[in-house]
Amino acid sequence: MSMWKEFTKGFIKENPVFVLLLGMCPTLGVTGSAINGLGMGLASTAVLLCSNTVIAVIKNLIPDKVRIPAFIVVIASFVTIVDLSLEAFLPDLYEQLGLFIPLIVVNCLILGRAEAFASRKGVGVSIIDGAGMGLGFTFALTALGGLREILGSGAIFDFKFIPESADGMLLFIMPPGAFIVLGFLIAFVNALMKKKAA
Amino acid sequence: MEYLIIFIGAVFVNNIVLAQFLGICPFLGVSSKVETSIGMSAAVLFVMTMATISTYLIFNLVLVPLEIEFMRTVTYILVIASLVQMVEIVMKKVSPPLYQALGVFLPLITTNCAVLGVAILVIQNQFNLLQSVAFAISHSIGFFIALVVFAGIREQLDLYDPPAVMKGAPIALITAGLLSLAFMGFAGLV
Repeated sequence: MSMWKEFTKGFIKENPVFVLLLGMCPTLGVTGSAINGLGMGLASTAVLLCSNTVIAVIKNLIPDKVRIPAFIVVIASFVTIVDLSLEAFLPDLYEQLGLFIPLIVVNCLILGRAEAFASRKGVGVSIIDGAGMGLGFTFALTALGGLREILGSGAIFDFKFIPESADGMLLFIMPPGAFIVLGFLIAFVNALMKKKAA
Repeated sequence: MEYLIIFIGAVFVNNIVLAQFLGICPFLGVSSKVETSIGMSAAVLFVMTMATISTYLIFNLVLVPLEIEFMRTVTYILVIASLVQMVEIVMKKVSPPLYQALGVFLPLITTNCAVLGVAILVIQNQFNLLQSVAFAISHSIGFFIALVVFAGIREQLDLYDPPAVMKGAPIALITAGLLSLAFMGFAGLV
């Protein structure tokens, strides 16, 4: 039961984007479409899952004083692996996400989980935490990307549902749209939680 | 002229925060007061310029001759982290007042994606050393402008009473969206 709770907490209650406000740069930067959000979310999840596992395994070997640099090296190695694999196998997505792939290294969500969770808890529960938090992040990015795509280009996952000749509200796939849609999404989640609490 | 284009492009057209979404964490985190946002931007200006110079040199003098360019991410983040640490130690010794003013922001900068982002962009754009420095300085000035303007708006925002669910992050994000919209007016300037 508690394992299940560790897994599901990332979706709404402790959602890294909507509630904890972590990892905002990729959240805003790559969510011009649902598929980009999904890709970025899964890439970050892969890194988070691997880094959480490794850090939970080696946590007793790392002297306390240099733990942050050590965590960063672990994370950076996995980011390099993801970076090279995406370039090799999914060049289109790699092109779209661009700069934000190497920047997974400085995603505060990943270092945050390493510091707050994986360095204190066992291996099994850290893997569950990594998977839950990563999928929560993916869920948030896909939702934001999907909403922006629907509003901005009248499509979802590249499937256009408005007439071919019509345009969406371009504003929403441009930078300002990212801020505005995310603002309303967080307000919506706040309202949802308040209702649940009451 | 070339440097002027880099400068205007980085500060207004492709503002690092409002158009490229780098450094959003400090942008939202320390922007509730104008004073702290000035401190943060000064620290970023300092570290970003130093980091760009050192990563540029390391990339071209170490990684390229050894043909290990794929180690870029790992090397860069280590260089930036140690640089921040070093700046902190030197500043503490040499100029305690400056350390007092900027000290708290320094550790935060390691995970500021703007610093790593600019270091990588410089390589992608194939700038030479002088252009890279100009690029880094212009981007940190862009960061400074976005942060200070936003902090000014947020100080005013505190005086108003938005609906309960919009308080805090949501209203700040929507404000940032409007600011970003305003900056889009500069598009096509260069």
